[in-house]
Amino acid sequence: MLGAYLPILLLVIVAIAFGLVSLTFSSLIGPKKKSALKLSPYESGCEPVGTARDRFSIKFYLIAMLFILFDIEAVFLYPWAILYKKLGVFGLVEMGLFIVILFVGYIYVWKKGALEWE
Amino acid sequence: MENLNSYLIVSAILFSIGTIGVLTRKNAIVMFMCIELMLNAVNLTFVAFSRYLGNLDGQVFVFFVMTVAAAEAAVGLALMIAFYNNRESIDVDDVNLMKW
Amino acid sequence: MDMITIPAVNLTPILPEIILSVLAMALLLINVFVQSSKKTYLSYISFIGVVGTAVLVGSGWGTHIESFSGAVVQDNFATFFKMIFLLAAGLAILIADQYMEREDCNHGELYPLILFTVVGMMLMAAGTDLMTIFLGLEVMSVSLYVLAGFNRANTKSNEAGLKYFLLGAFSTGFLLYGMALTYGATGSTRISVIATQAGQMGMSSGNILFLAGMLLILTGFCFKIAVVPFHMWTPDVYEGAPTPMTAFMSAGPKAAGFAAALRLLLIAFPTLQADWSQLLWVLAVLTMTVGNITALRQDNIKRILAYSSIAHAGYALVGMAAGNSTGTAGILFYMLSYTFMNIGAFAVIILVGKKGESNGNVQDFAGLGFKHPMLAVAMTIFLFSLSGMPPTAGFIGKFYLFSGAIQKGYIWLAVIGVLNSAASVYYYLRVMVYMYMKDPTEDFAWTKVSAPIALCLVLSVAGTMVLGIVPSIILQYAQEAIKLI
Repeated sequence: MLGAYLPILLLVIVAIAFGLVSLTFSSLIGPKKKSALKLSPYESGCEPVGTARDRFSIKFYLIAMLFILFDIEAVFLYPWAILYKKLGVFGLVEMGLFIVILFVGYIYVWKKGALEWE
Repeated sequence: MENLNSYLIVSAILFSIGTIGVLTRKNAIVMFMCIELMLNAVNLTFVAFSRYLGNLDGQVFVFFVMTVAAAEAAVGLALMIAFYNNRESIDVDDVNLMKW
Repeated sequence: MDMITIPAVNLTPILPEIILSVLAMALLLINVFVQSSKKTYLSYISFIGVVGTAVLVGSGWGTHIESFSGAVVQDNFATFFKMIFLLAAGLAILIADQYMEREDCNHGELYPLILFTVVGMMLMAAGTDLMTIFLGLEVMSVSLYVLAGFNRANTKSNEAGLKYFLLGAFSTGFLLYGMALTYGATGSTRISVIATQAGQMGMSSGNILFLAGMLLILTGFCFKIAVVPFHMWTPDVYEGAPTPMTAFMSAGPKAAGFAAALRLLLIAFPTLQADWSQLLWVLAVLTMTVGNITALRQDNIKRILAYSSIAHAGYALVGMAAGNSTGTAGILFYMLSYTFMNIGAFAVIILVGKKGESNGNVQDFAGLGFKHPMLAVAMTIFLFSLSGMPPTAGFIGKFYLFSGAIQKGYIWLAVIGVLNSAASVYYYLRVMVYMYMKDPTEDFAWTKVSAPIALCLVLSVAGTMVLGIVPSIILQYAQEAIKLI
């Protein structure tokens, strides 16, 4: 039974070996001309600004919290979506009510200004 | 499903790790993550029993636990932010204005 | 493709919950759309809503309707407790506005949160399925975490919220694990099915899964109703939370915890009665004693009442340990009287307190009896009732709880309860000594009794006295409420 995993083990070994070999050889035989620009961290081609250890703005937390709430509530939509046709109009109305309740929360958050970035 | 026991043992271990974490950690967010671990251990128990007993009640319960945990997380983070704004820390050792 | 047939749903049992939820959501929206710094109108709307719901709940007395395939029920037990929750919410709403105005945290979200808490508590009392009880408990708890930390500019309130949240969520974990094990042992989350399964298969303490499930559920509830050794959060949360919310928290959620725990223990776990009865015996003694002894050493009046509320949970546990009709009816009666006397006492504390939650020590009550005689008389009545002296509600309540224990044969439990009661007189009396026998150090000039607080005080005094002098009517209701269990 364990034999079925042998190809995966081989793949892992090959992958690790390839990474090690290419890193070792490029550091051994590659030319090294250091400059300030080359040593700076890679930020998708932009010039790096400030340190990488800045604290995130507290605004991210607010958005993240709201995201968690509305995202997780969507979990109730999956079972309903699977049984959508079997549940018929009753299911549609119930889910409509559920969405309305979520929407009340959304309007509240919106009017409260929690979605404004500035 | 003959190996119900293994599921129960795994979830019991997870639950214990969570409990110990809550009791020993100092950072409020890490404590809360340990609580989430406890809740997920419970979810595993529910799903294992649900499969074993062949009825869906346990799985429905898991849905509710998940959503409630999300609501708790949001409220908890909000409380921690409010505390941080006033005290510049979320270390529970700093939750010390009132004596036992 | 065959359609799923939806069983007919009877909404009557959860109509009060629906009304309060819709009202709360409406208030949330009104609060953000109406730009006004005064939030008094919100308190009036929610008070009217609570009174209206109470009328509706009261009209359901004597009926027995199950709905949602047995997940919720409308019976006398639920109705009695729902009335207690609505009373606690109503009184808390009355005292909230003036306090919130003074502490500069008059956010309109307060009232919707109180209403949501009530919805959660009602579901706990009416739930006959572990799922409903869990959801009710969480709706209640999540709203309470916010209410405890409501004064977000005040660090103490932050601490209260954070502590309550961490320990509350922790205890939820235990409760849920217990529910999972119970489900595993019996194959259902419905309380009635759990009971029949346990009865048929003869599950008693020999069944480890079932026993562990019951113990973990009990642990979860012990956290919520602040039973020693799970009481550590109570004094800090009660001290830090805004005073009206402390008043609300000590009355409503505690009653809700007892409601759900009673229903579970008596209906789902009667086969384990020998075990939980013994356990509650020990917990009751610990809770009463630790609560009362620690209260002796406190100076802050909110902390005194916090420890006293732990002790009172202990008295109520005496009735639960007894588990007979006198004891359980005693719990119902006691929760009702505790709501009146405790919220009343907190109302006086709000009036004596100054901005920034200051002036909250026993010494600050010095001379209140000369400066504000009426206020001092009201406080005296509440304190008498809390210490269990006749002719107040507290006396009758304790009398029933302890007679329940004696009927069950727990003579020693009753004796320890009475001794504890006697010890508690010391710290209640201390407040009275300061009010009447010390010279005033303050002029109490800031104390303005607004109309809503006056109404709350009148209602609380009336409730405490009426329940003490003519208890038979309410006791009859309480007896009928527990018959269905």
